[in-house]
Amino acid sequence: MTDPSERMYDALIVGGGNAAMCAAISARRGGASVLVLEAAPKFYRGGNTRHTRNMRCAHDSATETLTGPYTEAEFWTDLHQVTGGQTDEELAKHMIAESKEMLGWIVEQGVRFQPSLGGTLSLGRTNSFFLGGGRAMLNALYRTAESLGVEVLYDAEVVGADIRDGMFLAASVKRGSKIKRIRAKTLVAAAGGFEANIDWLKQYWGDPADNFLIRGTPYNRGTVLRILLDAGAHPIGDPTQCHAVAIDARAPKFDGGIITRLDCVVFGIVVNKHAQRFDDEGADFWPKRYAVWGRLVAAQPDQIAYIVFDKSASTLFMPSLFPAIEGQTIAELAAKLGLDTAALEQTVARFNAAVRPGTFDSTVLDDCRTEGLVPPKSHWARALATPPFYAYPVRPGITFTYLGTKVDKTARILMQDGKPSANMFAAGEIMAGNVLGKGYAAGIGMTIGSVFGRIAGREAAKRASN
Amino acid sequence: MQATETTSPALIEADRLMVVCNSCRYCEGICAVFPAMEMRRSFTAADLRYFANLCHGCGACYDDCQFSPPHEFNVNVPKVMAQVRAESYAHYAWPRAAAKIFEHNGLAVALTAALGVAAFVAGFVAWTDPSVLFGTHTGPGAFYRLMPHNAMVLLFGAAFSYALLALAMGLRNFWRDGKGAEAAAYAAAGHDAATLRYLDGGGAGCQDGDGAESDNRRLFHHLTLYGFLLCLASTTTATLYHYVLGREAPYPWYDVPVVLGTLGGLGLLVGPIGLMREKAKRDPATKATGLVGMETAFVAMLFLTSLSGLALLVLRETPAMGLLLAFHLGVVFALFLTLPYGKFVHGLYRYLALVRYAQERKSGP
Repeated sequence: MTDPSERMYDALIVGGGNAAMCAAISARRGGASVLVLEAAPKFYRGGNTRHTRNMRCAHDSATETLTGPYTEAEFWTDLHQVTGGQTDEELAKHMIAESKEMLGWIVEQGVRFQPSLGGTLSLGRTNSFFLGGGRAMLNALYRTAESLGVEVLYDAEVVGADIRDGMFLAASVKRGSKIKRIRAKTLVAAAGGFEANIDWLKQYWGDPADNFLIRGTPYNRGTVLRILLDAGAHPIGDPTQCHAVAIDARAPKFDGGIITRLDCVVFGIVVNKHAQRFDDEGADFWPKRYAVWGRLVAAQPDQIAYIVFDKSASTLFMPSLFPAIEGQTIAELAAKLGLDTAALEQTVARFNAAVRPGTFDSTVLDDCRTEGLVPPKSHWARALATPPFYAYPVRPGITFTYLGTKVDKTARILMQDGKPSANMFAAGEIMAGNVLGKGYAAGIGMTIGSVFGRIAGREAAKRASN
Repeated sequence: MQATETTSPALIEADRLMVVCNSCRYCEGICAVFPAMEMRRSFTAADLRYFANLCHGCGACYDDCQFSPPHEFNVNVPKVMAQVRAESYAHYAWPRAAAKIFEHNGLAVALTAALGVAAFVAGFVAWTDPSVLFGTHTGPGAFYRLMPHNAMVLLFGAAFSYALLALAMGLRNFWRDGKGAEAAAYAAAGHDAATLRYLDGGGAGCQDGDGAESDNRRLFHHLTLYGFLLCLASTTTATLYHYVLGREAPYPWYDVPVVLGTLGGLGLLVGPIGLMREKAKRDPATKATGLVGMETAFVAMLFLTSLSGLALLVLRETPAMGLLLAFHLGVVFALFLTLPYGKFVHGLYRYLALVRYAQERKSGP
């Protein structure tokens, strides 16, 4: 590779995840010279894509790995529902239409699919699972990109950019202790959100953000997003919105990934540090409530909560990384958790007394519920009566943030005056807020990334050749 | 893990990894190890040995894993499974005292081979006289001018019988850790073993470092395995010729035992070299340390058996025949004796692990 600072690239891709690599490949296939700048070292390349496992694409019929059709209309209904209407309908429908082609396109880039994983069978019709997971998908994309002649620099953090009147000229790239200027005819920003930037999160969440765990890469610090917004890009998305789930409080601060998730909320009760319940654990199936509990726990004192259940529920959910904390009595469990013994005993006793007899069935919204309890437990409510008793401590685990740059259907960044940038494009989490104003449904992050990544790369190549 | 069992650092680490993998499951489409793991929420030492023998060490799960080193979760399934697998060979070995041979298998094989060859050379000389060893012998029964057929049968029969007994006892020990299986499971496992179904990294071949994939390891393993089986078929046919048809070796080049032996021999030349080459190319991070002797000795012996056998075929009508025959027989003798205490057992345990897997898929663990 010649010194990147002495060249003029057709397309400079900032980021190294799914969106970035789809952009790089599609720009290269469009005839552009392409440089990818990945801020992370090689092992950690790929941002949150490392931890993903599937993408949601519309398709008209079952395939080898999908159990049935998932029409554009149905996809739109799902998206509309999870976002509560907070989505750019035109852009979202465009993405959904384009997603149909992605299943074939992504396979052409070397990515392989498998039937849905054990424990996620509910997604077998709608979502395509990467064989080996997100890192396997990334490996395939990088192999393909590099074989096409895409250049990749690792440990290359963009710390500044020369942007004039919405026109990108060059990026300042930090490698080790040196900062170099790299020029390109077009920019594709695919550098993720700012969830790993605790100081930025604190602007919206205050001190509780110190107790957040970041589920994915520590490299998504939002530097590029900040640069673009400061250069006049039109912001989109609620800055306080983020995809937050309740994960094991013992998880590492960063990059704990999938294995720290706990899907047992529906089978027990959840109490805060005062041993008090604060929401309906059985409101709906776990996947549909997945992104709700992070926010609920974030609102509790010290951002900590405990899922408490008994032996009868101990094998009803996916195993997780850390063992459950165990006690032969509620009092023993409370002591181990550092909770007020009398308070937890009282909470459990009140819950148990409110449980009405029913027929337990974890596969449907069953009739096991409480009566006269605030908050209620609407389904799967069974008395915590069979020792040993167990608990998992949970904290909010942030997956990604929703604040981003506004884009049009060609993935071009829109400036604050409403005009499209001359040569800047965005794909992936950095513009996810356009279609995902709030909420989340499994696999949509990957759809946004690959669809807009592919478009951004194609459009960047076109723009560069003009 | 059951507290009463003797555990090793490798087993403890394998237990930790399976807890991590069982809460992730992204790799379940890659091979049988992960679906077998998913049938459990905790793992006994016997379970871990079973998983280890299901693992072909293709490395795909390492390349695909978001938690592999340098991640703090330090997940390296191929390496740890290789360690547990090697320990399992010793754990199930018969007789118990022979388990230690695995530790220094390379040296043991080399010594046995050297002694075997020396014994056959000395035996030929003692049986006849030095001039016979260096003489030219042709026509049926030429080999037996160096050593009577009955003596050969006695020697090899004894060595082979011992190997079979030791292997069978080892298999029994392994099988006792599982449950019985139905015929269908044996058949399904036979198919998986014969095609090396799980040595394909989930479809695209083995990973050899840096995420590049190839199917070469499977190809070379096939050449080795089927080469070995062809040689076994050659020997069996020759035995039938001798006792049923009364026809004495050596046989002409176009006759069945020679054709089978030659084809098998070629497989055993190319296969082992290829396997060693593929091994050298693999990501060092996924290889277990301290197993080089055991992993190379068996493959080297197969190669030497084949090389000496083919040389014998080419040069059998020259004065070199005597020494070549002694060398060939010495190596084969050593191969037989060391079979139960080296890499050969991986095929048998892996097959039984596949049987167990096929059964568990049907009726649960």
